[in-house]
Amino acid sequence: MTTEERTNTLDVKQVKDMFLYVGEKVIENKPYLTKVDSAIGDGDHGIGMSVGFKSAEENLNKKEFTTINDVFKTIGMSMVQSMGGASGVIFGTMFMGGVKNLDPCDELDTYTVAEIFDKSLEAIKVRGKASLGDKTLIDALEPAVEGLKESANKSQSLLDALKTAEKHAELGVENTKEYVAKFGRAKSLGERAIGYQDAGATSVFIIFKSMREWLEDAPTNE
Amino acid sequence: MKKVINNPENVVKEMIEGFIFANSDKFRKLENVNGIINKEGKDKVAIVTGGGSGHEPLFLGFVGEGLADGAAIGNVFAAPSPNTVQEVSKAVDTGKGVLFIYGNYSGDVLNFDMAAEFLEMEDIETRTVTVADDVASAPYDRKKDRRGIAGDVFVLKVAGAAAEKGLSLDEVTKVAQKASDQSFSMGVALSPGTIPDSGDPTFTLADDEIELGMGIHGEPGMERSKLVPADELTEKLMDKLLAESHIEKGDEVSVLINGLGSTTLLELFIVNRKVAQILNEKGINVYDMDANSYCTTQEMGGFSISLLKLDDELKELYDAPANSPYYHK
Repeated sequence: MTTEERTNTLDVKQVKDMFLYVGEKVIENKPYLTKVDSAIGDGDHGIGMSVGFKSAEENLNKKEFTTINDVFKTIGMSMVQSMGGASGVIFGTMFMGGVKNLDPCDELDTYTVAEIFDKSLEAIKVRGKASLGDKTLIDALEPAVEGLKESANKSQSLLDALKTAEKHAELGVENTKEYVAKFGRAKSLGERAIGYQDAGATSVFIIFKSMREWLEDAPTNE
Repeated sequence: MKKVINNPENVVKEMIEGFIFANSDKFRKLENVNGIINKEGKDKVAIVTGGGSGHEPLFLGFVGEGLADGAAIGNVFAAPSPNTVQEVSKAVDTGKGVLFIYGNYSGDVLNFDMAAEFLEMEDIETRTVTVADDVASAPYDRKKDRRGIAGDVFVLKVAGAAAEKGLSLDEVTKVAQKASDQSFSMGVALSPGTIPDSGDPTFTLADDEIELGMGIHGEPGMERSKLVPADELTEKLMDKLLAESHIEKGDEVSVLINGLGSTTLLELFIVNRKVAQILNEKGINVYDMDANSYCTTQEMGGFSISLLKLDDELKELYDAPANSPYYHK
């Protein structure tokens, strides 16, 4: 498989490997996420995300997958069941909601990744009732999804799409510093939350960044 | 902070194991989730409570006769997962439905709501009453947005008694909701608790500082000030509490002085004494008083004052027998 092909379409095994890498990176960032969350939240976000991705890793390694839907569902269920807290449901919904009512597929390209994360975004909005500007993960996810959709419209490669998503998510995290929190424990801080970034949005950024890194750097599985 | 723990990742599991060893005749842990249930399943509406760990004896210590039938236990300061709530509910449901009672925090709401959806698919009927008693967290006209603290005890007491009486799911829900609506608390923080996993304090306060209205996870309160004598502090808290609860002369209340972890019973009784004096002066009838540490945050210093405004219905349920390892009536 040439590099160009690899960066355009991933098979089920590659998608699984990519998310195993994403999990590693999120777990590596546990101290950082804890620090970000401690500033305005209760400091458990890094711990929760790390528990969630450890459980996802175990469950992903338990079997061979035949659809991308099943990979996403397994990650989501692992997170919901192991993490608890608001992040368990919300990040679990991000993965499960992304493939709910999605026709079974075994290839991930720019169009599918845009479709999946667009569904994720909608599912999280329904579940958590948050919108852009509420200082939640939506502030990173919504612009990232916009980026993915733009890339799909322009028929860009998967790598380019993920690069755009990562950039948009990063900007989204920066924007959360300007917002007053409408949800979670930072809500009671009011104006005092301004100047601090949202931990959930930070995790979304790390997820897209790690997806891009894996695609760019991981050795080809030839 | 020094902590008597092993691997921080195992604190919840090991705590539950120890709790079961201490009470193995009455309770059992469910196999694959951090949930405990009363072994003696009665044919009645089931009450399921739960929340993050770290607040012991809530929530697991309130499973028992005339209280909750099961508790879904989350990681430290994190809501229990939907499947934990689901498994606990399935284990205690007798076909008469399950009432969820828990503190009003977004994580708990999300997880219990998701559990309710899963249970509905399995034909188990659920209702929810969130406890929203912390007057410092939102004004009176947004009572439903308030956080839940020690008021959990009042609502569990009333709901448990109503279920024991054989009322229907809707009737138990209605009176539990009334108890939540009539519960008001106001707390003060003196020093932080510690998150066992990270070893970090949940907030920082100078040695001579206190924060009025601070939440039990260190959520910011209303006012930071220097430490003052107990009577002066209690007066400040009661002023705010009575104003925010609309409890007036002629009303009747049950009182709970709840220690947050490291504040001693000696101190709680000093507060209780002053609360009794204030209520007497104001012509508010004191029906019952309790000073204990039911809803803690590890070794957090401070306390809260909770009032349950009573009517005849609530009074009867409040008086009914209740028996769990950490609560008796």
